[in-house]
Amino acid sequence: MDIIEGSLIDRDTLYTLHELCRSSGVHAEVIVEMVDGLLEPQGRDPVEWRFPGSSLTRIRSTLRLRRDLEVNLSGAALALELIDEVRRLRERVHALENQIESGR
Amino acid sequence: MEYKDYYKSLGVSRDANQDEIKRAYRKLARKYHPDVSKEENAEAQFKEVQEAYEVLKDPEKRQAYDQLGQNWREGQNFRQPPNWNQGGFEFRGGGFTGADTGAFSDFFESLFGRGFRGAGGSGGGGFQQPRGEDQFARIEITLEEAYGGATRQIALENPAVDAQGQVAMKRRSLNVKIPAGVRDGQQIRLGGQGAVGGDLYLEVGIQPHRLFKLDGRDVSLTVPVAPWEAALGAKVAVPTLGGEVTATIPAGAQSGQRLRLKGRGLPGKPAGDQYLVLKTVTPPADTDEARRLYQQMKSLGFNPRAGAWS
Repeated sequence: MDIIEGSLIDRDTLYTLHELCRSSGVHAEVIVEMVDGLLEPQGRDPVEWRFPGSSLTRIRSTLRLRRDLEVNLSGAALALELIDEVRRLRERVHALENQIESGR
Repeated sequence: MEYKDYYKSLGVSRDANQDEIKRAYRKLARKYHPDVSKEENAEAQFKEVQEAYEVLKDPEKRQAYDQLGQNWREGQNFRQPPNWNQGGFEFRGGGFTGADTGAFSDFFESLFGRGFRGAGGSGGGGFQQPRGEDQFARIEITLEEAYGGATRQIALENPAVDAQGQVAMKRRSLNVKIPAGVRDGQQIRLGGQGAVGGDLYLEVGIQPHRLFKLDGRDVSLTVPVAPWEAALGAKVAVPTLGGEVTATIPAGAQSGQRLRLKGRGLPGKPAGDQYLVLKTVTPPADTDEARRLYQQMKSLGFNPRAGAWS
């Protein structure tokens, strides 16, 4: 079987609105709605918008949350923010625990 | 196939009303949703809950399910009753909501059919499918694989229409090259490898390592050292992802101090570093000789708490 090589989507990879629609399979209106608090593109108006590569995962998670938990976009945005925060705190606790442990 | 007790999955009684079922579902869905949950087996648990809700929230499906009787137990060997599907139930096609039904159990499919499969992706609301569908998958690799790169075989399932016009899940395998230096949570895009010519996005997760802790491209390793190694300095052999190296511990090092081995983390531009976290381990005073040496050190008059609480 052939070995397939892909391209890494980096934090530095930026998407235009059009590319993001294509890659996520989501209508532009939905993405525009998500820019209101959920996605943070660089640039001022839709033509100039550049989205970080992480936006794709965010869009997928948001749509899943909306579908499965029956929350609206703001609810999903709130959940994602809190999840991010919990993850940061967990990592911090983990790092501090390691420091305490190795300081002993 | 095994019988599924959907009431048990949702933790409701058999006479629960639709509101109770909805409440139970919402609560469990929040608990086990793979995007939210840190519970073990969250994904499997979530699917159970979704499947149960798919049946119980729909009065028609629930009624059909109830007709199987109450004497079945979860996991019991189940065969479809011979008169099934003659009772005027028609589940194929409409009536299914956005839940991604591709992963429901054989039990579910034998009762309610599988014709709706593949509709899952479009249920999320707002999806468009003007071209091939992009597909997402996740792959777990080891830290060693992230360091050195790897080729992994992955299996994907896509709905496909067979010769009889039935929609069935078709498995296919791909050999994918994982580039060295990939970071936890990063995605790899495989052009044209999704469903019907869309792209495949592969999210890479790096499994926790026995020795190394990963932070971005940096790794850290706890290195136990003897008090005299810390005090007098020493050369010690330590593992790195690229093999063993000799690290110099400077004289006067303290427990908890971090030493950096530049460029010994995950490869990249720039490459990550490896940190050595020193951990002083004191030898046990379980022989006369050891006790004598400790007694001798006592004469140093060292007070580790001097100034610590002032």
